Amino acid sequence: MIENRHTQVYDSAKRAPRPIEELRQVFRYRYLIAQLLRRDVMTRYKRSVLGIAWTMINPLGTMLVLSIAFSQVFKFVEGYSAFVLSGLMAWNFFSQASTAAIINLVWGGGLLKRVYIPRTAFALAAIGTGLVNLGFSLIPLVVVLLINRIPIGWAFLFLPVPVLLMAMFSLGVGLLISSFAIYYPDVAEMYQIILTAWMYLTPVIYPAEVMPEFARNLVQILNPMYWMVELFRAPIYLGQIPGWSAIWPSLLVCTLTLVIGWWVFCTRSDEMAYRI
Amino acid sequence: MRYRAPTERFATFKEYMIRLVQGRVRHAEFMAVNHISLDIYPGEVFGVIGQNGAGKSTLLKVAARVLPPTEGRVVIKGWTAALLELGAGFHPELTGRENIFLNGAILGFTQKEMAALFDQVVDFSELGEFIEAPMRTYSSGMWTRLGFAVATVQRPDILLIDEVLGVGDEAFQKKSFRRIQEFSEKGTTILFVSHSMDAVATMCQRAAWLDHGVLKFLGEPKDVINAYRASFQNGN
Repeated sequence: MIENRHTQVYDSAKRAPRPIEELRQVFRYRYLIAQLLRRDVMTRYKRSVLGIAWTMINPLGTMLVLSIAFSQVFKFVEGYSAFVLSGLMAWNFFSQASTAAIINLVWGGGLLKRVYIPRTAFALAAIGTGLVNLGFSLIPLVVVLLINRIPIGWAFLFLPVPVLLMAMFSLGVGLLISSFAIYYPDVAEMYQIILTAWMYLTPVIYPAEVMPEFARNLVQILNPMYWMVELFRAPIYLGQIPGWSAIWPSLLVCTLTLVIGWWVFCTRSDEMAYRI
Repeated sequence: MRYRAPTERFATFKEYMIRLVQGRVRHAEFMAVNHISLDIYPGEVFGVIGQNGAGKSTLLKVAARVLPPTEGRVVIKGWTAALLELGAGFHPELTGRENIFLNGAILGFTQKEMAALFDQVVDFSELGEFIEAPMRTYSSGMWTRLGFAVATVQRPDILLIDEVLGVGDEAFQKKSFRRIQEFSEKGTTILFVSHSMDAVATMCQRAAWLDHGVLKFLGEPKDVINAYRASFQNGN
């Protein structure tokens, strides 16, 4: 490894297009991304007493509050706490991972001006951190399912599919917004407001059936998170594996978002170093 | 190397949009490093001098791959290490040990490589048992010492130095200076930016004087320094 570093040649004129070059560099710096991920996971809770347990307590607490507030309203939803927790896990993953991708980059901006590292490294590490946290929150989920007597079946094995789709989508959105947030920090603030509105337009705390027909149709078309929350929830709450017809629109949207986000971010990333 | 700098700095997107609508966004472009053609030979120590804002640091950043050139071309053959700002990648909440691995990864080392070099880094930084303490408890001297130790853990083919020799106490300065000299003796090419004429005169084989992004003089360190000093006396 150390030997082949010495044959390294950098020629600024002979570079592949930025988005492709970036992929190559990400692979070369995969250890850095692993280290950044470790740092994110470890520093987040390092100075707290309960430590990593917070990744589990956090969704549980929200679930508890929402269950108390809404279980009477949505009386017809059986096992509301399991319903809401599965939705929250999906939503929190998306909102936290995409936000962290933006925040990390703004934080890392100073670093990018001093040393060379692939500029997507921070966003990738943020998504990885989100995946780790999601993994931890599966533990309280199982407990809640058991309490609600919802069987845990083979359908659980389908979960990696919606998780992967959400990871792609979060990365795409995170990079796209980062392309702007790097110049104007308040874009990150605006994104928080958008996220709040976005959550209420996604069937996280209410079942999709309560939406009026026209609104539901509209949301289905415009809100990719609608499908992803449903895809994530179905195997957990209903014990069903969604059909291909429910998967392909999400696959298409997520792939597109990721490609566009990656492309925009990478082509603008050179300018980032000049202007941060 | 062209910088694109707004004539005013907009702190927020809102403000930017307002100005944009008012048609008041102007960008002043300036060349921090302009039409410089330089060959630096393998194994030499090359000094760069010039006033503040002459483009010295920009030149280093272009060489360090931090800034891709807007025009022109940079070719670098070999593994490059940069002593630009030491310890920039450290995280205060992590211990020294964890930061060594994190910073090692930033420099392109794998976990395994860093594990093999770990003791050597700790030795050189003289941190001893503090290596297990979070970095927020470190003094600034300890911080830079560790930064230097990590950045120079392996002899690079090319070393970029931006005025960082003045780190730590005198003993550590000497020690870091010795390490750099050792690298040089073993064949490392050094690109060295400094305000210290003495350092440039004693260390470098060749030097360049930059002024407002333009190469003014290239040659023996002595001649370059004389030319640079003469420019002051002419009231320039």
